[in-house]
Amino acid sequence: MLKLSLSRMEELFSRINGERTLYAPIQIGEQTQFTPWVPDAAVQMNRLSTVKSPKDYFFPHIEDIAAFRVQGKEIEILDVRTEAAPFAVFGVRACDAESLNLLDRIFLDDPIDTFYESKRKSGLIITTACFEPEETCFCGVFGIDALSPGGDIATWIVDDTLYWNALTEKGEALTEAVKDLFEETDDMAVKAAQEKAQTVFDKLPFRDLNLDGLTGEVLMKKFNSPEWANLNPSCLSCGTCTFICPTCHCYDIQDFDTGKGIQRFKCWDSCMCSDFTLMAHGNPRTSQLERFRQRYMHKLIYFPDNNDGAYACVGCGRCVQKCPISMNIVKVIKALGVENDV
Amino acid sequence: MCNCEILIPKLGIITDIRDETPDVKTFSVTAPDGGVVFPHMPGQCAMLSIPGVGEAMFSITSSPTNTAFMEYSIKKAGVLTDWLHRAETGQQITVRGPYGNAFPVEGDLKGKDLLFIAGGIGLAPLRSVINYVRANRKNYGKVDIVYGARSADDLVFRKEIESEWDGIDDVNVHLTIDRAQAGWSGNVGFVPAFVKDLGFTKGRTTLVCGPPIMIKFVLAALDEIGFDETKIYTTMELRMKCGIGKCGRCNIGSKYVCKDGPVFRCDELAALPDEY
Repeated sequence: MLKLSLSRMEELFSRINGERTLYAPIQIGEQTQFTPWVPDAAVQMNRLSTVKSPKDYFFPHIEDIAAFRVQGKEIEILDVRTEAAPFAVFGVRACDAESLNLLDRIFLDDPIDTFYESKRKSGLIITTACFEPEETCFCGVFGIDALSPGGDIATWIVDDTLYWNALTEKGEALTEAVKDLFEETDDMAVKAAQEKAQTVFDKLPFRDLNLDGLTGEVLMKKFNSPEWANLNPSCLSCGTCTFICPTCHCYDIQDFDTGKGIQRFKCWDSCMCSDFTLMAHGNPRTSQLERFRQRYMHKLIYFPDNNDGAYACVGCGRCVQKCPISMNIVKVIKALGVENDV
Repeated sequence: MCNCEILIPKLGIITDIRDETPDVKTFSVTAPDGGVVFPHMPGQCAMLSIPGVGEAMFSITSSPTNTAFMEYSIKKAGVLTDWLHRAETGQQITVRGPYGNAFPVEGDLKGKDLLFIAGGIGLAPLRSVINYVRANRKNYGKVDIVYGARSADDLVFRKEIESEWDGIDDVNVHLTIDRAQAGWSGNVGFVPAFVKDLGFTKGRTTLVCGPPIMIKFVLAALDEIGFDETKIYTTMELRMKCGIGKCGRCNIGSKYVCKDGPVFRCDELAALPDEY
């Protein structure tokens, strides 16, 4: 393990940024967002939840797929793909780091999404342990240890020191490049801080959320559960939960006429929207109940059914914080799970 | 699976356009230097697009045994299909695929007595199988095709049915239309009832495609006759964007129609939510 005084962070950021583009949680107005680092940026070392996860850097909100030149009956297809430039994201929390492993199951499954793969290969994740979780946090329910985060390099901020530990080959390569800034140390201080913080995690309100009984085996039973009719009516179908969710991966493909040609792009979409499944001959999900049910069935039943039991939720708590009517996955888990088995 | 770059299409040229019905046209498509844009198996689909107009999934109605060109039978139903119906030969389009699984023509269908049941444009995906079976006729048993449409004018591939399929090589076609009309001497009535009237034996392996409502009633009719649901196949279509199980749009329960389908065995479909 390596350590560095927090007073030298600017130096570290500058060095990393010299190697590859650096993104960090930076305060903009009252919000903290992952944005490109610039000298003297207000990097929020202790701010836990950014408005959005760093999902954008791997699966951008909007991304060009191809371009076309159309002239009369003729079409020219232009490949607009570019190799992603090396980059690093600093300050990623354990939940968001795990969300990328979940997105890998979708985008790196055959056939591989080369747009995502290229960014995943050139991106480096530097995580930071959470010593002061928020009361909306429930990553532990999904077996994520916020005190020992994943990624390529894990860091811990204890008092006025940053502790740094490379976890992958990619992480070791960057560590080698900035090693002269650091001092070698043992993990005693980190261990002590972890132990102390564990008592806080043990008291989190959602720590006992029970996922037992949420499996693909009971798909039809959960699909037909009467609980959906109780849960759905308050939902405004604004789609906020889908846009801030680090594991939501639905996207749309649209064409845009630039005046010089056609730009084809993919962009995030939401299964909560009424035209998501609309076809020329009809719509298989005409009611809000069906769309609401789709989102949570996907996260809690369909995704685990297809992915060795892994849920499409990392307990980041963003939907708990942001839903305008306080509907969220925690309430759905409680209603659908084993404690209120239907 | 997909032999093309993900989401990036290939170029195709519409070389022929045939009117099937007042609202269905069959488009022949080749690669720019001739031949099929890519090989496929019966039941698979492709994403066709006119850049700036739209992109949508269509079943490939030609058989893989036709290596000269691909065919798509398309009903005028929305923005892209309206545009295609106004297109002329020589028009270039973009094509990507093939997507999805296929009917098990080299698996469970081999050596079996086959029953095809289709309604309206639903004959399009089955035509690929029918022509594959005809091209490899000795590999399959009896073949019966039950096909219905709203009216005689709405029957697709009528010429091909009459001159190439019916009564040739032990293939029998049974046509029906919803309401009686002048000049029609065939059966009048809906497909599910007609299937029951024809009295097929339970041993048939059955392939069904048509409007969702017809599929539901046909499956109920076959169940009534005592057909084994593990020997009934159907093909589904839901709205799709990516075609490769990633955009999250075309799922029925935990299955994606674009990747796990579009061909489902009836018992597989019965285990999924009724959300299609």
